[in-house]
Amino acid sequence: MLAMNYRGPFRVRADEKPYPKIEHPEDAIVRVTRSCICGSDLHIYHGMVPDTRVGTTFGHEFIGVVEEIGSEVHKLKVGDHVIVPFNISCGKCAFCKQELYGNCHESNSEATAVGGIYGYSHTAGGYDGGQAEYVRVPYANVGPTIIPPGMDLDDAVLLTDVVPTGYQAAEMGGIKTGDTVVVFGAGPIGIMAAKCCWLFGAGRVIIIDNVEYRLEFAKNYSQCEAYNFDEMGDPVQFLKEATDWLGADVCIDAVGCEASGNAMQTITGRKAMVQAGSATALHWAINSVKKGGIVSIVGVYGPTDNLVPIGNVVNKGITVRANQASVKRLLPRLIEHVQAGRLNPKGLITHRIPLEDVADAYRIFSDKLDNCIKTVLIPPTAKAQFS
Amino acid sequence: MKTVNKNFEHIKGWGIDNVPDDEPNYPMKHNTGADHNRIHWNRPELQEETVEILKSTERPGNSAVFGTVAPPKGLSGILRRYAYKHSENKYRHWLPLLLADRIDVLEGTLSDLMKGRVPNPIAERGWGAIWKHKPSLLVRKILVRLSVFAAIGTFFVYKAKKSNS
Ligand SMILES: NC(=O)c1ccc[n+]([C@@H]2O[C@H](COP(=O)([O-])OP(=O)(O)OC[C@H]3O[C@@H](n4cnc5c(N)ncnc54)[C@H](O)[C@@H]3O)[C@@H](O)[C@H]2O)c1
Ligand SMILES: [Zn+2]
Ligand SMILES: [Zn+2]
Repeated sequence: MLAMNYRGPFRVRADEKPYPKIEHPEDAIVRVTRSCICGSDLHIYHGMVPDTRVGTTFGHEFIGVVEEIGSEVHKLKVGDHVIVPFNISCGKCAFCKQELYGNCHESNSEATAVGGIYGYSHTAGGYDGGQAEYVRVPYANVGPTIIPPGMDLDDAVLLTDVVPTGYQAAEMGGIKTGDTVVVFGAGPIGIMAAKCCWLFGAGRVIIIDNVEYRLEFAKNYSQCEAYNFDEMGDPVQFLKEATDWLGADVCIDAVGCEASGNAMQTITGRKAMVQAGSATALHWAINSVKKGGIVSIVGVYGPTDNLVPIGNVVNKGITVRANQASVKRLLPRLIEHVQAGRLNPKGLITHRIPLEDVADAYRIFSDKLDNCIKTVLIPPTAKAQFS
Repeated sequence: MKTVNKNFEHIKGWGIDNVPDDEPNYPMKHNTGADHNRIHWNRPELQEETVEILKSTERPGNSAVFGTVAPPKGLSGILRRYAYKHSENKYRHWLPLLLADRIDVLEGTLSDLMKGRVPNPIAERGWGAIWKHKPSLLVRKILVRLSVFAAIGTFFVYKAKKSNS
């Protein structure tokens, strides 16, 4: 079968690989119909996540048709077309039992701080991902959810990660009616987070980035204010002034470890890698939220440590909330939002690229070429149209 | 403040998920007290270990299910085995892994060659896409690389001359 093959930082290709096998009675094999490239994939593509092994296949955002099931799979049958949450969760451990499906304790031997994630290094369990024609899906009774009749496949594939993560970013912000929310990062996650803030009753939503076409996109898609941090000197001062000199009620970090905007953070975090990526956006979030405000982090950071102004967290009495999105917990509500037209996930998709051209697809998203927001990869066996 | 004097009619679903009773923080966890049973939940059936799996020292054994792709091998594998002797709390875990990842790249290229396949780094890096959409960026990338090579080259020529004289 055809699959993305990681060869090293900035080097990927599409190769023939063996068809995946059932390795556990609760496994299923899924034939992929759509898979996406995520901002999280860029962290492994850039070689920033320890234990990313050459020869593995990335891809944690995918949907597909069940081809084969293990002896203990009862909730799915061959032929079902399913949304597969990016987190691999057992449904039985203390964390899954309490709806923390992003923190499962039975899906990752290699690390305890993170649960299993498809195609996301051995630090996240050593699974192959869905940027392939077929993929092994463990705990098939738990995660996979049948695509509701009539739902567009492009909407469905974004329910595996982007929509739940954006929504949870807003949810963790504990938004109260009328709150001012600042979202750092106008990538797919930040744009979706900004859009979801309104569902919680925000009074004002501001998005910050330095890529002009993304700001323009966010302004329309998320119906919010959008500002370029390259044009504001000191973003924290700018945001204080824009919020009556008190700071935002809630700040959301939708950037993570590859933030730009501060030379010292960039050199130590992204070039020398003496910290786990650059924490510029998180630094700005902490410093531009009000006293007693909430900082919600969905941006991903590496497993060692980062330079952040923790003293200000104490002095300002800030609440920090963060997690990998609990996709399964949120899916029922989010499917309602999509069906009611309150959220339009497929509106984020700008590129549809055959899996064969995976190297170009990664480059386009990574270098923000051709006004790219979100890329969908389509494997040959999906027999879909390109446009 | 529970009211806003703005009109949000143009935003479909505005305020629909606002849960005032759950302030200040919407619950993310459906607390059942399960944490207090510690790790004594009813475990899923255990996957059989068919390839070498490196395990975190912060857990008693494998998780019930785990990935089996790309088991450790070669020099990178030796480093990875060393790394997994130390907990996730240690640099001695993460730094050897990062080094192993870099060595793995060389081993990957070598294994390509041994299978008679010459990798195409230009295609693998998607330079065609840069050329198509932003040629100036590709020119810049090439110039940066050339100047780094030139600087290293000059340095060695200079050193060789110095040691000859
Ligand atoms: N927690 C989760 O469950 C989860 C799920 C998916 C993605 N993520 C993470 O969310 C982050 C964003 O994902 P994405 O797909 O939108 O990625 P992306 O790379 O497309 O977007 C990141 C954006 O941040 C901008 N940016 C860089 N520095 C900035 C700064 N200092 N201030 C403001 N903006 C800045 C970039 O220009 C870019 O547009 C990534 O770190 C990703 O790993 C987390
Ligand atoms: Zn993702
Ligand atoms: Zn679990």
